[in-house]
Amino acid sequence: MSVAPQPASRLQWVLGAIALPKRWRIGAGPIVAALVLAAIVIVTLLSPVISPHSPMAMDALERLKGPSETYPLGTDAYGRDVLSRVITGGRVSLFIGIGAAVVSVLIGLLIGLVSGFFRLADAIIMRIMDSLMAIPAILLAIALVALNGPSIWSVLFAITIPEIPRVVRLVRSVVLSAREEPYVEAAITLGSSMPKILWQHLMPNTLAPLIVQGTYICASAILTEAILSFLGAGVSTEIPTWGNIMAEGRVYFQLKPSLIFWPGLMLSLCILSINLLGDTARDMLDPRLKKREA
Amino acid sequence: MLGYIIRRILAVIPVMTIVAVFVFLLLRLTPGDPAAIIAGDMATPAQLDRIRDSLGLNDPLYVQFITWVGNLLQGDLGTSIISNTSVTGMISERIWPTVNIALLTIIISVLLAVPMGVVAAWRHKSWIDYGVMSFSVLGFSIPVFVIGYIFIQIFSNELRWLPVQGYIPPSESIGGFLARAILPCLTLATIYVALIARMTRASMLEVLGEDYIRTARAKGVKEDIVLFRHALRNAAVPIMTIIGTGFALLIGGVVVTESVFNIPGIGRLTVDAILARDYPVIQGMILLTSGIYVLINLLIDLSYTFIDPRIRY
Amino acid sequence: MAFKNRSFDDASTVLDIRDLTVRLLDRPEAAPILDRISLSIRSGETACLVGESGSGKSVTSLAVMGLLPKEALAATGGTIDMEGQNLLKLGAQKMRELRASRISMIFQEPMTALNPVMRVGDQIEEVLDTHAKFSAQEKKRRVIDIMNQVHLPDVERIYRSYPHQLSGGQRQRIMIAMAIILEPQLLIADEPTTALDVTTQKQILSLIAELQEKHGTAVLFITHDMGVVAEIADTVHVMHHGEIVEQAPVGELLRTPRKDYTKRLLKAVPSLVPQPARPDEKRGEALVVEGLEKIYGGQGFLVKRESTLAATNVSFSIPRGRTLGIVGESGSGKSTVARCILRLIDPTEGEVRVANTEIARLSRRALRPHRRHIQIVFQDPFRSLNPRWTIGESLIEGPLNTGEDRTKAMKRAQELLSLVGLPEDAVSRYPHQFSGGQRQRIAIARAIAMEPDVLVADEAVSALDVSVQAQVLKLLADLQKKLGIALLFITHDLRVAAQICDEVIVMQHGRVVEHDTAANVLSNPQHAYTRALIEAAPGRNWDFANFCELPAA
Repeated sequence: MSVAPQPASRLQWVLGAIALPKRWRIGAGPIVAALVLAAIVIVTLLSPVISPHSPMAMDALERLKGPSETYPLGTDAYGRDVLSRVITGGRVSLFIGIGAAVVSVLIGLLIGLVSGFFRLADAIIMRIMDSLMAIPAILLAIALVALNGPSIWSVLFAITIPEIPRVVRLVRSVVLSAREEPYVEAAITLGSSMPKILWQHLMPNTLAPLIVQGTYICASAILTEAILSFLGAGVSTEIPTWGNIMAEGRVYFQLKPSLIFWPGLMLSLCILSINLLGDTARDMLDPRLKKREA
Repeated sequence: MLGYIIRRILAVIPVMTIVAVFVFLLLRLTPGDPAAIIAGDMATPAQLDRIRDSLGLNDPLYVQFITWVGNLLQGDLGTSIISNTSVTGMISERIWPTVNIALLTIIISVLLAVPMGVVAAWRHKSWIDYGVMSFSVLGFSIPVFVIGYIFIQIFSNELRWLPVQGYIPPSESIGGFLARAILPCLTLATIYVALIARMTRASMLEVLGEDYIRTARAKGVKEDIVLFRHALRNAAVPIMTIIGTGFALLIGGVVVTESVFNIPGIGRLTVDAILARDYPVIQGMILLTSGIYVLINLLIDLSYTFIDPRIRY
Repeated sequence: MAFKNRSFDDASTVLDIRDLTVRLLDRPEAAPILDRISLSIRSGETACLVGESGSGKSVTSLAVMGLLPKEALAATGGTIDMEGQNLLKLGAQKMRELRASRISMIFQEPMTALNPVMRVGDQIEEVLDTHAKFSAQEKKRRVIDIMNQVHLPDVERIYRSYPHQLSGGQRQRIMIAMAIILEPQLLIADEPTTALDVTTQKQILSLIAELQEKHGTAVLFITHDMGVVAEIADTVHVMHHGEIVEQAPVGELLRTPRKDYTKRLLKAVPSLVPQPARPDEKRGEALVVEGLEKIYGGQGFLVKRESTLAATNVSFSIPRGRTLGIVGESGSGKSTVARCILRLIDPTEGEVRVANTEIARLSRRALRPHRRHIQIVFQDPFRSLNPRWTIGESLIEGPLNTGEDRTKAMKRAQELLSLVGLPEDAVSRYPHQFSGGQRQRIAIARAIAMEPDVLVADEAVSALDVSVQAQVLKLLADLQKKLGIALLFITHDLRVAAQICDEVIVMQHGRVVEHDTAANVLSNPQHAYTRALIEAAPGRNWDFANFCELPAA
């Protein structure tokens, strides 16, 4: 009899018993990514305390200044402190990223489970999902924001909706392949009810891929939010977000590229580290889960 | 075979119908008066009436839908609220720059990405592999407009190799077109290359572990033939799929890139429409791009039958 | 039975392996995968490498071909000598030229070993393109010629076919054609018939023998099946944990094995002679099946799909405490019958009565309380337990459904585990901590936790090594004696059926062709197909467990 040590059972349950052993070796990349992300999150959360200036305070005499002691990254066209704005700008991004990931994963999981198990519902649900996927995400989000107004909730809604079909497809495909497993058939012959099988045997199979997919959605939602803001279809311009800061900086790009550079750098670092963590999670949780849904 | 093609073509109908219904309802089911939403807070009652009238909002919902679909089928996407001209006309006037840029981008992307992915899979866990993977994560992570501005800063402002912005149609001057199109295309291509290279690598890695690859090697077949003749063709279906679904990303990128590089295509048209709250134009763009997306993916689905003889269902 | 008995004293040595050691690259301190193995093959000889899973047979063949997975395994010592050249020292280019021209290989899975998107003719031609220059006509002529030599029917059509259009046997013939078209000195066959039905296996074995005779090829044949060894081997090399434990001419090895491991291996081979009939105690029928029929397909959307008759007119009954075997090749409908009886699929026609309740027409919901009376053990031990659940949770899933109290069920789970020969503390462990045989025991414990009237074993020992197979068969027989369960035993393996069944049904193309006591079916078969099945069973005249000839029936 093999003598593997007693597993840390809850974690084990989520990750799938087979996945644990060898693959726990993590390289330097993901650790750096985690540190960078943690730094961004902390700075963003502490922004009201650590910002040297109010991100909204304008100063007509200090427009478009270069870096100085008072303004370490200079000022923008309204004389606002770029550093304070960049620090504060992450709040909306992080909120949208996490919000979109959580909401789309939860809704997608429910729809996907139903779709994967009930043939009748499946045909209809999948047609609707195909259609939703046919509409380019950015355009759909633009239309939704255009109609619902530039509030943060409306942007969250607009970004989450296009992500749902991908989650549904993922969950459905996992359920479809898992229900062929002999242990699921055994559960049927043991007299377990369908909801019980769905929840206890099939749903846990979707957790690992959903964690991975959730990270990717978080990254892509932050990206989409920035693009929406940049296009003028995002959160109201009164709120500093990385996208808004860059949108305002566009006009002065030739004159002062740093107005786009700094928020762009923060944004890219943030998304990059989330993506790297997602890749690491994927490699650890399931080596077969290679296909990233675009 | 024929059955598969027919069924696949017929499957487009429900998808496009649902897209149409969805786009139609988007405006009508939004809480509040659609006309007021479109016109903005400053609108006069006269303006509101004009908008209601032009969108047919005074009719019952089903009448609106029938009229709307009837117009759609005749290629009429409605009338712009701002310029009061036909949306179909506006789009067809400005579609060519976008088509040219998009085609060039797709060609560049596939030519770059597929070899990158193949080599990365072949030299799995080598520095080439890590390089390709790092590039692909970067490509996913940097917003397309940031890439655009970085390119402009480097190639136009610092090195002064290329003009900053603008567009010249290829019919006027091929050189002028290329000089102005190359940066927008590379910008757009970044995320697309990242996507395709990643999928090529993953798909190739999977195929390279298959028994028939071992058989080919056991026959003494040369490694390049193993890679391109045996493996790539078997790995092709997921790669083609990602090229098709990635098209949606490309469309999103076009909207951004055209405003960064000041190209008078339909992407710019969309951005102008957003800023002006010209809803009929946005709606027309959604329908058009979804239609193109569905069409491209249909063609890709049909091409599977040539790649893989087993697909005949 | 007549073993091969040729002398190879005069024959030249084709391949000579000396002290070959292969290790895991990332764990060089671990026990080697191959530990100083030595063997040599002479021209015209068939050397069988026999052993259980994980013994290192396949690694040996890949090492010879130079196809060890580069990132995982490496040969760290010894030589592989072929006509004065050490293959281990050969460069990649030279090694590639050698493959298919001087050493060829055929693999186990004919379904996956051919490139699915290339026509098979082109795949054979590729061997010629790689190693020689011929005109297009000459190439075609040679390919057609070799396809005729491997006895493929309708050669011109198959030449243009894709692999998925061919049967498993035909694909294996294509593989063989590819392997021998350049007349190599050595052919390595890695379990080439394991995935095939017995009747096809017989044809492929005789084809290999025929071609070997014709071309004087040396064959290294890797197998786990002692029956196959008895049929084809000149010499036998027994492998165990990466070592060759015994080498001998086939007759000598089967008559007078010297090493304990070899003896154990031979004793575990189930005999084709049926067990003596058990007295029928007339305890009433546990399962009655009447006129069962299952048709798949029918109308498709737009295209009319052909309907397949998976099983028709199947009737039988099993009394309590008795065992009925259903024997047949792939596609015979035996598993369809099992799945219909369990209502994992719905039968098209017919009746199924379990514990005097008709269940074939019950709705899924109405069926649930009756499910406990009939339970199943599946083939694949690695997929039949939920990897996320502890053994205990898996064992009490059924009892909880019948309303049993959790603590009581868990206590009984422990008893069940000791009943199937596992420690009681296994309840808190996870499936990956157990071997295939142990998992199959757990699956059996899970099934009998429901106190069923009928237990269906669907190829339940087919994925196990023979020694483990024997233990699990014994466990099933013991449990049956203790609990009085009726057993429905689905298998493709006549030997296994002979060991455990009171009655045997033989199925072919969805129909029952023979139904009688095990003794009658095996020793006095009435139907031609049954006779063909028995004749195709390799080594059928040899009593492996007793190292002697079987008395003629």
